[in-house]
Amino acid sequence: MRLALEGVDCYYGEVQILKEVSLHVDAGEIVGLLGRNGAGKTTTLRAIMGLVRPRSGTIRLDGTDLGRLRPHEIPGRGIAYVPQGRRLFPHLTVEENLRMGLLVRGGGADTLEPVLGLFPMLGERLRQRAGTLSGGQQQMLATARALCARPEFLLLDEPGEGLMPTLVGRLLDTIVALKARRVGVLLVEQKVDAVLRVADRVALIENGRIARHATPAELAAEPEVLLRYVGVRR
Amino acid sequence: MSLGAHLFLALLEGTVGALVLALTALGLSLVFGVMRIVNVAHGAFFMLGAIVTWYVSTLLGSFLLALVVAPLVVAAVAVVADRLVLRPIGYEPESTIVATIGLLYILEQVVLMVYGPYARPVTAPIYFRVDFPWFGYSGYKLIVGVIAAILLVATWIALARTKLGLYMRATQQDPEIAQAFAVPVGRVYTTAFGAGAGLAAVAGALIVPIQQAHYLMGLDALLLSFVVVILGGLGSLRGTLVAAFVVGLSDGAVSVLFSPTLAKIVATLLVGLVLAVRGRGLFGEEIA
Repeated sequence: MRLALEGVDCYYGEVQILKEVSLHVDAGEIVGLLGRNGAGKTTTLRAIMGLVRPRSGTIRLDGTDLGRLRPHEIPGRGIAYVPQGRRLFPHLTVEENLRMGLLVRGGGADTLEPVLGLFPMLGERLRQRAGTLSGGQQQMLATARALCARPEFLLLDEPGEGLMPTLVGRLLDTIVALKARRVGVLLVEQKVDAVLRVADRVALIENGRIARHATPAELAAEPEVLLRYVGVRR
Repeated sequence: MSLGAHLFLALLEGTVGALVLALTALGLSLVFGVMRIVNVAHGAFFMLGAIVTWYVSTLLGSFLLALVVAPLVVAAVAVVADRLVLRPIGYEPESTIVATIGLLYILEQVVLMVYGPYARPVTAPIYFRVDFPWFGYSGYKLIVGVIAAILLVATWIALARTKLGLYMRATQQDPEIAQAFAVPVGRVYTTAFGAGAGLAAVAGALIVPIQQAHYLMGLDALLLSFVVVILGGLGSLRGTLVAAFVVGLSDGAVSVLFSPTLAKIVATLLVGLVLAVRGRGLFGEEIA
């Protein structure tokens, strides 16, 4: 199974954000998408979810052209999204937020229990309103909500934002566990070390254009590349 | 009658009025909460419910049938308006105010042309008096209160416990992310608009044996619904219910003890006072 973007152009109004973006994620693969602020990382994920429409190019999930589907039809095909800033439903309870994920593909207790196994803290707070959780707990809930949708592909946008290092470590362990279950992951993250630790491949995006594909080992050997495209010295 | 009897009558009138008002205002609150639009045509849906009730009761001779048909017909009108008017303008808050003002005038003028300018009575389906030591009270009014209360509880349960209710609440909080969780937001908007109109229509249908059906009867309902929704906090159903009781009871008490006009003045002043102290209303920014 493959999620693939080919020559995708996206605009906000008349401003072009993505320029002929091509990249793919295979089942059980973790692909990191790195770039500076405003490079087009979030827009790439939003385009996959149908929340911004490409003006040209295609986004395919195996044979299905996602561009022909309405936004609410895309999650049911097996793509789940953890947006930047979590964007939980703050007035819904933890349980209701998880149910939003479960309803995507008709998951039940057999889906929920393993997810709560990954984030046991959530099981103790099912009746609590999501907006009253701490930042770390909210991030866990955002990830758990997406996993309840039983995704074949998971899009993660800055999941480590605002998290303590120990929680980032747990999050990365969860991502690696998903890979073992053949879930493909497209990971957007400012914490470059975290991406290089778990990714199989990395795409570097600059001014809306994919500038380079590389493996973590290649990037580790070429620190000037990260400095140029991400602004990080390692 | 003694003062105590007057107060008891005011309490009865106020409670029944509050329950019907809550039903009407709940529809307005639902539409604002989910769709973030101010539906100025809401009073017209209330009026249309009463008019359809008059037609069905008169032509088919069944008030109970009218009670079912009226909200369905009005909800269907609302769904058509949503598809033809609101959706094409993208539910833009400012544009929808103008559009629903237009819808209000269209509905009123169509009713004026077809139904006429008359206030026409509908006979209550059942008539009995409940005798208290000081006065007798219309049994139908009590039944209206009970039906309104049942419908309020049913709406609350639908919002709190069903998949559609969950989708509505999620859509209210973040429509874009709701779509990312497979919520058909367009359909949720249409359903909310239709359900909001249906609630107004059933309130209009219940009230018509008490008030008579008239093409301008929606204006008071619209004004009081706005008062309740703003007082309760825009988009908050809990606030809408609490505010409906505050306004309904004060309206009933002031109407019985003084005059209906003074009651409207008091209700409007109440909103001003609450907003001066708490700008978002009593329970702003929540839906259930």
